[in-house]
Amino acid sequence: MTDSSRDYDFYVESHTEPMVINMGPSHPATHGTVKFLLGLDGETIKDIDVEIGYLHRGFEKECEAQLWNGVFPYTDRLDYTASALNNIGYALAVEKLIGIEVPERCKYIRVIIGELARMSGHYTNLGASALELGALTAFIYFVEARELVWDIIESVCGARLTHNYVRIGGVISDLPDGFRENVTSVFRTNRGLWADFNKLLTKNRIFLDRMRDTGAISSDDAIEWGFTGPCLRACGVGYDVRKANPYLIYDQLDFEIPVGETGDNFDRYLVRMEELNQSMRIVEQCLERIPGGPINVDNPQWRQPSKDDIFTEMESMIFHFKNAIEGVKVPAGEAYQAVEGANGEVGFYLVSNGGGKPVKCRVRPPCFPMTSALPLIIKGSLLADLIPTFDMINLIGGECDR
Amino acid sequence: MGIAEMIETIVKIGFIIGLTIGFFAPMLAWVERKQSAVMQDRIGANRADFFGFTVIGLLHSLADAIKLIFKEDFIPRGAERALHTLAPVIAVIPSLIAFAVIPFGGKYTLWGHEVNLVIADLDVGVLYVFAISSLATYGVVIAGWASNNNWSLLGGLRASAQMFSYEVAMGLTVIGLIMFYQSLSMVDIVAKQDNFFHWGIIWHWPAFVLFLACAVAENKRVPFDAPEAEAELVAGYFTEYSGMKFVMFWTAEFIEMVTIAGLCVALFFGGHHVPFITDAELAGGFSFLGPNVSNLVAMLIGVGVFIFKLVALLILQMTIRWTMPRFRYDQIMKLGWKMILPLSLTWIFIVGVGILTGVMPSP
Amino acid sequence: MSDDTKIPDMAAGASAQVSAVLGRIKGKFGNSGIIIHTHSMHGDDTVVVQAEDILEIMEFLRNDDELMFDMMMDLTVVDYLGNQGIWSYLKGLKARFEVVYHLYSIEKNHRVRIKVPISEDNCFINSVTRIWAGANWFEREAWDLYGIIFRGHPDLRRILLYEDFKGHPLRKDFSKTDRQPLIGPKN
Repeated sequence: MTDSSRDYDFYVESHTEPMVINMGPSHPATHGTVKFLLGLDGETIKDIDVEIGYLHRGFEKECEAQLWNGVFPYTDRLDYTASALNNIGYALAVEKLIGIEVPERCKYIRVIIGELARMSGHYTNLGASALELGALTAFIYFVEARELVWDIIESVCGARLTHNYVRIGGVISDLPDGFRENVTSVFRTNRGLWADFNKLLTKNRIFLDRMRDTGAISSDDAIEWGFTGPCLRACGVGYDVRKANPYLIYDQLDFEIPVGETGDNFDRYLVRMEELNQSMRIVEQCLERIPGGPINVDNPQWRQPSKDDIFTEMESMIFHFKNAIEGVKVPAGEAYQAVEGANGEVGFYLVSNGGGKPVKCRVRPPCFPMTSALPLIIKGSLLADLIPTFDMINLIGGECDR
Repeated sequence: MGIAEMIETIVKIGFIIGLTIGFFAPMLAWVERKQSAVMQDRIGANRADFFGFTVIGLLHSLADAIKLIFKEDFIPRGAERALHTLAPVIAVIPSLIAFAVIPFGGKYTLWGHEVNLVIADLDVGVLYVFAISSLATYGVVIAGWASNNNWSLLGGLRASAQMFSYEVAMGLTVIGLIMFYQSLSMVDIVAKQDNFFHWGIIWHWPAFVLFLACAVAENKRVPFDAPEAEAELVAGYFTEYSGMKFVMFWTAEFIEMVTIAGLCVALFFGGHHVPFITDAELAGGFSFLGPNVSNLVAMLIGVGVFIFKLVALLILQMTIRWTMPRFRYDQIMKLGWKMILPLSLTWIFIVGVGILTGVMPSP
Repeated sequence: MSDDTKIPDMAAGASAQVSAVLGRIKGKFGNSGIIIHTHSMHGDDTVVVQAEDILEIMEFLRNDDELMFDMMMDLTVVDYLGNQGIWSYLKGLKARFEVVYHLYSIEKNHRVRIKVPISEDNCFINSVTRIWAGANWFEREAWDLYGIIFRGHPDLRRILLYEDFKGHPLRKDFSKTDRQPLIGPKN
């Protein structure tokens, strides 16, 4: 640590001898992925330095060594609580670069899986923040809801956490039989669990005291620091990529963007709670309207054809071989595609030189700029306020550290 | 003290220690697991088995005990060795000996020998409980300080401030009750609750709510577990404890729960009394068995009723623990000093007026 | 606009007329020589500007009433070592890196991409932290992974990697199999 450059004026200001304390990376609240170097005056945080990078796995370096389709498993591990959303973002960016559009049914499937993933992300976040405020029961309720959502996703793509479901120009498999009934019954259970969670916490005086007026940030500051997603919307700025720059079929769907007022932790919590309902609405609408038809682009150059075609058609076999060995030849150029992740804007910036591997595969992690604003938010408040604030900013190690 | 009294006292001490350490501490661990499981739609611990018998998860307490006994007793570098070892003992002893003045039954004459089901019938029983329970603070503070760990120190500081503050409030909550029963002796207070309409809970339910809040805060359980808040302070004052020393803190917490429940039963829920039936009537009901056996049956029923009430209050405490989130440290202090303290003072005033005007007939 | 012949897919996403954002930027800086190149590939408006003038153009983008780019979405660097052929202007500038800013305006709901070519010998660029505070960590990350030095940054330390890391791993000449020296505990 090069502490010499840091500002330790609080030594002078404090009325007691300050305590410099390491919070994390091995600390229950930091999940092993972040370290806070705290300067405490009593229990008041006078100085904080956030250190990230404990989960850095060289995402971009690995992506540059992979074929275009081989990047998908790595994107799963960005925001691992809502991995399908990252899949979708990356696939859309590559498709933008190629200049293809997936069939209508594929768009619906992507929206359904994406919203289910968003629900899983919100369940995790809300449950974990309840847990860290000591409400273990509420946490278990949302873990149960998340398990049920994962069961649905598992029935679609076989994976629960890291879905790896989307491909360039399509998805790996169609929705299974009985999917709609399955979703309907799970949503019924989950609405009950949501109501229980809501009753346990939303009007609970202790919970209110912990969340309200803590970790607040003004909308101007939030914009300046690059906040997106629920944390920005809690400040009263109704920016959601799904509404602002609609992708897939979001412009045809009827859903609302919940917006807070004060930008404190409680508003962030309420925004996420309401987004759960909106996500359910979106999925239900999609299931009602979903058309039939193909789920993949009918062009073997971009999307691997079915096994039947590969074994019977010359052209399909050639492209299968070429794509498997050399990768999809994405035209040279660059593209930035933003999607609304569970945490905020997930943007993929891709550069291709016309080869089978990306020259650059950059992901804009939504929680990275928000975590950088943590010192601004938390300085001067109590040590205990760090917990809900940090939870509501929702640092996902995989996404922040890449 | 004759031999008989000595034997009687030893038996009673053995009963209480067996009840708390031997029965309630492991049982509460099991209840806590199972009750939280029921509340959270889970199954709960059910894997530990003995030749295939899982006994609805009860063996987990045994397995825990065996595991924890064989764990390394770790003392961190830079810790104050002597105090580090002493702290859990200081924490566990007061919660045990506080039980000495809580009557778990009435007075019974068995074969010409009068049995008083309380270990020590002190005139100042209530004061004794508060005096002893405040000693537990030392264990926590010493543990926090001797561990040579900043988190432990913060936990110890929080614990000391919280426990001292709530000590004051807790003492004040029962003043009204003492005025009402005109006695500081627990045995007297219980004896005066033989009529259901004289139970503390009937006249003093606001005091009961305040007392329970203070008692949970004293015991540092959720929602008042800021000193050991696992999300903030890792584990607070016992971060650096392992093996049996950790178990002692853990046992102290459970025993303290039992003590709190016992205090509540004695002060507010009529002790061993069955509602609407006095001890004499209870024994009279079994008079066909002869005077001694009927007294014995009445005694057993009394102890059974006491334990039943105890368990009900323990489950109430558990339910609170598994429902609430945690207060922030300054909010706990605010609640103690700005809410509970004025409210209990107000209650003392109301009780005073009530007794003076005869609205609250003192038994 | 300079020649776009090296960009094969220009027609796929770009509209024929220049978008409002590009028009406004060109109208302001068109003659000053700050702008090297502009294009709107796949609908993403892109302006390539000189590194020396980055603060001037960024301040304009932030404060102009028509543009109001109040949010810096992303900052990253691309290492074009061996891939300079993608962009025709890169060869002329002998630039190896390109610092890429993605800006967004909440008010106007439009985006722009600003790219700044930087040569390997002169890995310096002015920090935009005083325009967007959120650029702080992005610039630290760019320093950490690419070794671009941001002048005027308040606290340019490594962020994702540890202090003793040798090299900047996202540079194309940093091999994936490179090993780092072992470091012991600090104290």
